[in-house]
Amino acid sequence: MSEVTIVVNGQSVTASVEDRTLLVNFLRDHVGLTGTHIGCDTSQCGACVVHMDGRSVKSCSILAAQASGSEIRTVEGLADGDRLHAVQIAFKQNHGLQCGFCTPGMMMAAADMIRRHPEGLDEETVRAELEGNICRCTGYQNIVKAILAASKEMSRAGKAQAA
Amino acid sequence: MYSTSYHRASSVADAVKLLEEADDGKLLSGGMTLIPAMKTRLAAPSDLVDLRHIPELKGIAIEGGSVTIGAATPHYDVASNAQLARICPAITHLAGHIGDPHVRHMGTIGGSISNNDPSADYPAAMLALDATIVTNQRSLSAAEFFTGLFETAMEEREIVTAVTFSAPEKAGYSKFPNPASRYAMTGVFVAKNGGEVRVAVTGAGDNGVFRSAELEEVLSRNFDVSVLAGIRLPSDDLMSDLHATAEYRANLIVVMAKRAVAAANS
Repeated sequence: MSEVTIVVNGQSVTASVEDRTLLVNFLRDHVGLTGTHIGCDTSQCGACVVHMDGRSVKSCSILAAQASGSEIRTVEGLADGDRLHAVQIAFKQNHGLQCGFCTPGMMMAAADMIRRHPEGLDEETVRAELEGNICRCTGYQNIVKAILAASKEMSRAGKAQAA
Repeated sequence: MYSTSYHRASSVADAVKLLEEADDGKLLSGGMTLIPAMKTRLAAPSDLVDLRHIPELKGIAIEGGSVTIGAATPHYDVASNAQLARICPAITHLAGHIGDPHVRHMGTIGGSISNNDPSADYPAAMLALDATIVTNQRSLSAAEFFTGLFETAMEEREIVTAVTFSAPEKAGYSKFPNPASRYAMTGVFVAKNGGEVRVAVTGAGDNGVFRSAELEEVLSRNFDVSVLAGIRLPSDDLMSDLHATAEYRANLIVVMAKRAVAAANS
């Protein structure tokens, strides 16, 4: 067992967990944040993407013990109270989801890629950056549209780097 | 995943000590191969020794044309290093195309070369750049370091601490990524220094990364895509699997070499 302390969406959480506990299970089962999804067992789908110390990672391929001492942001930490994040608004307005299962990972990946591209994004870059996120419904069209819209809106508002 | 014990090393010496104390310990860096392998029970180490928090293993140092990359440096940090991109764009391009963005934030160069997956990208770069692999015990050339499928010259309790190489005059890398895994079904790294050209191939050899003497010979005479036209390589000693036959990979080597040379000359 390991004593793990992680700051999740700004709140410090400490729990004693088995060393083999994956970060995604820690978030879902110990912290009760079920927005982060488990879509595969092969580290390919990206439904579990969260930000660790400001960078997107696959929480299904990291032990909670590895993440101890870090700051994690999950999809629940995107919105500011009732005010949706620009990425969430763009996904809503552009119908960037159908069943919604991949959406938490898609939005966390989107926020990360916008942060890394404050100069703006084009369609080719967005598609390449979505390499690690699989959607079985949309055919990606509206996801790409949503990310481009969010990127535009955030650079207009001067918020891209703070994504 | 089977049960395991996690240990966080604070220094290389601490990591060695933790490994010594373990029954069947394994070093953990980014974990982008090891954790998935443990999830599917293909690996079941009794203990994991995490190297990711050792400061001396991280970072990129560039002095003139000489490059040192700490073993625990993530792919993203290599890919996004502007100074490195200026003197050796082939290596930043390679690092920027490993796995996906999330994997690149965790996976490290030391982890990649120590695992020596026959389809990994970095081994080809190390071999073509004639890199030196530095461990806590010695320095080895890349040719000495990579010994076969998932095999390296590393001894028990030996830990890769850094890789060093001199930026070549020209270099290029091109891979044909498997559409599902993004691993190279064949990848070719070319590096030119004066009259010497080194060509390393990953993803194709049935004994891991290797140098292509045939391609090196023609390219050292004239480092131009045109000299690769019509070249056919033998498929002996190449991998055949559900993704591609050995013959197909033999063809891919030439195609990827053409793209790598074009990138190097651009």
